[in-house]
Amino acid sequence: MSNAEVDVADVNIDVKHLTRVEGHGNIVVNMTDGKVEKVQWQVPEAPRFFEAMVRGRHFDDIQTIVSRICGICSISHSLVATKAVENALGVQVSEQTDMLRLLMHYSEQLQSHVLHVGYLVAPDLFGAPSVVPLVSQAPDAVLTIIRAHRVANQWSELLAGRITHPITLVPDGMSMIPTEAQLRDLAETLKATVPDLLTIVDVVLSVAENLPAFERPTEYVSLKQDDPPTYTFYHGHIASADGHTAPVDEWETVANEYVVGRSTAKWAKWHRDSYAVGALARFNNNAPLISPLGKAVAEKFGLEQGCCNPFMNNVAQLAEAAHVTEAALELIDKLLTKGLRKEKVRVKPRAGKGTAAVEAPRGILFHTYEFDDKGDCVAANLCIPTNQNHANIQKDFEAFVPQFADRGEDALRMGLEMLVRSYDPCISCSTHMLNIEFVK
Amino acid sequence: MSKPRVAIFDFACCEGCQLQIVNLEEEILDLIGAVDVVEWREAMAESSEDYDIAIIEGSITRSEDEDRIRSIRSRAKILIAIGACATIGGINKLKNNFDLDEVRECVYGEAHRMQHLDTAPTRAVDEVVKVDYKVHGCPMNPEEFTYVVRCLLMGRTPEIPDYPVCVECKMKENVCRWEYDEICLGPVTRAGCGAKCPSASFRCFGCRGYTDDPNITAAKDVMEKYDLSVDMLKSKLVLFGSKQEPTYE
Repeated sequence: MSNAEVDVADVNIDVKHLTRVEGHGNIVVNMTDGKVEKVQWQVPEAPRFFEAMVRGRHFDDIQTIVSRICGICSISHSLVATKAVENALGVQVSEQTDMLRLLMHYSEQLQSHVLHVGYLVAPDLFGAPSVVPLVSQAPDAVLTIIRAHRVANQWSELLAGRITHPITLVPDGMSMIPTEAQLRDLAETLKATVPDLLTIVDVVLSVAENLPAFERPTEYVSLKQDDPPTYTFYHGHIASADGHTAPVDEWETVANEYVVGRSTAKWAKWHRDSYAVGALARFNNNAPLISPLGKAVAEKFGLEQGCCNPFMNNVAQLAEAAHVTEAALELIDKLLTKGLRKEKVRVKPRAGKGTAAVEAPRGILFHTYEFDDKGDCVAANLCIPTNQNHANIQKDFEAFVPQFADRGEDALRMGLEMLVRSYDPCISCSTHMLNIEFVK
Repeated sequence: MSKPRVAIFDFACCEGCQLQIVNLEEEILDLIGAVDVVEWREAMAESSEDYDIAIIEGSITRSEDEDRIRSIRSRAKILIAIGACATIGGINKLKNNFDLDEVRECVYGEAHRMQHLDTAPTRAVDEVVKVDYKVHGCPMNPEEFTYVVRCLLMGRTPEIPDYPVCVECKMKENVCRWEYDEICLGPVTRAGCGAKCPSASFRCFGCRGYTDDPNITAAKDVMEKYDLSVDMLKSKLVLFGSKQEPTYE
């Protein structure tokens, strides 16, 4: 009996607190005599109860509180909260505010994608436990990744006031805006960053054959914007690659959160038994609208619209990193042509309910708030991307394990870890997430 | 002398303070050169139970986490708490203002009685175990973090400001946020952030916690000058400032 056959017969994978992901997740697989007995993606994150905590807080403190849901996508949480508060209060922001916020949002996509692909995913592709050994193995590549990450962070700081947890977002506007000279400098910096991004693309391309060839069709859900047609992160309605659409206000009918038998995590499904959100979902819904450089990056990897290999989410992120850089340059041009001016912010409390959606780097994100006539929050409901990917990760596991079991336990464990990482999960965004009981 | 072994652990938090370590960018290479990072789950697959310095992010909110932090404390010679969740309980302490059963029901509905959803009142790390050094802020100030680490490597005691944010804000020549009818917590909040928020025309919301001996009289004078009620102030103080006295003995 060969070793491989032994591995196929009995597999016992128990990864506690998966590394190189944001937050805490476990992987459990049991196979006996070649038969799969248990395959589970579990989340033991400490729940933090944000929806309860915002109650009683004034509308102008909401974004400050909920940005703390996630350090990596704090800009997305702040933006969607600010938009939802404005919708509840009946506030329509100026075109300038909308453009500056979008510019801020692009910076987070770049920062998060570079962080994810460069620091968290690349080590797997190079067979290293972390980016640390790569510092001596491939110093130029690591320094290029760091440089691109720094540029993205400085870009965030210019618009958000600092790198993590924005301090410039206020209902109806921005507390501080950049100067035109700063925007011109940013444009120069971004142009100079394009070669670095292409270097990162080539570094990943050189080891891309280590991304498993695994496909599982699913429903891809993201924002979609028709007027004007845009590869959107910030405006538009909910759309799926299966052709379904829904207004943002009706996100609860899309997520359809539900509790599954023994595993007690709230999962989401729309038209299939699970759906996926994130860069690959956005790409699958918006590919023809991606920027020329984003398109070129996708082509290098053979990423095409309709791709259903979850590992290609990493590649879609690289394509988006190029896209947001180009889109930002265009946006800066528009802002400079119009000229920046200081705008007054005027908000009055009123009773109302408001919903908004944005694309966090790891997928579509919904916030809903309700306020009383004094402007104090009475209820909140938030739905974060990783929650929506939860069921999809589980379904991928169930398809992946039988297909890859013959490679042996170690390779299978590695494949499952990479599979989770490819979703770029943000587990401490645990607003809605329940723990899963261990099934003994 | 061998390099100190450092391990980084997270509890209930957004992991944004670990991100500030990543955000040191090129400087992180110097840090990795000066210490041996033996465990850092968010960034590395390696792990170890043998370390000299434990860096802790996040609040303690469950009994299993209490056991875990005690075990980390027993292994570490030096324990550093980073970020508001760890140093003062941070935003997580907002939960303590409600009945905890009701909080669970609000978020999880009918499922709220499940045992694994148990939640204890949020505590800062020093309410459970002894903390040697604190790097305040939400997120922590990365420069202050490297300053503290540098001090430890050189065998010096880091000096953390014990004066209010107003001092740093005045030095930046900002117009006082109170002049804009905003309730700014600068007068009672510990400095060391460089008054980043008021410098971005955003009120201080107290993420670094109070100074050791906040000047309440001066704060009252400010309240009177701007004709504002204590209730309005309280509503802002609660954001990061829900009950935070250390109970560790």
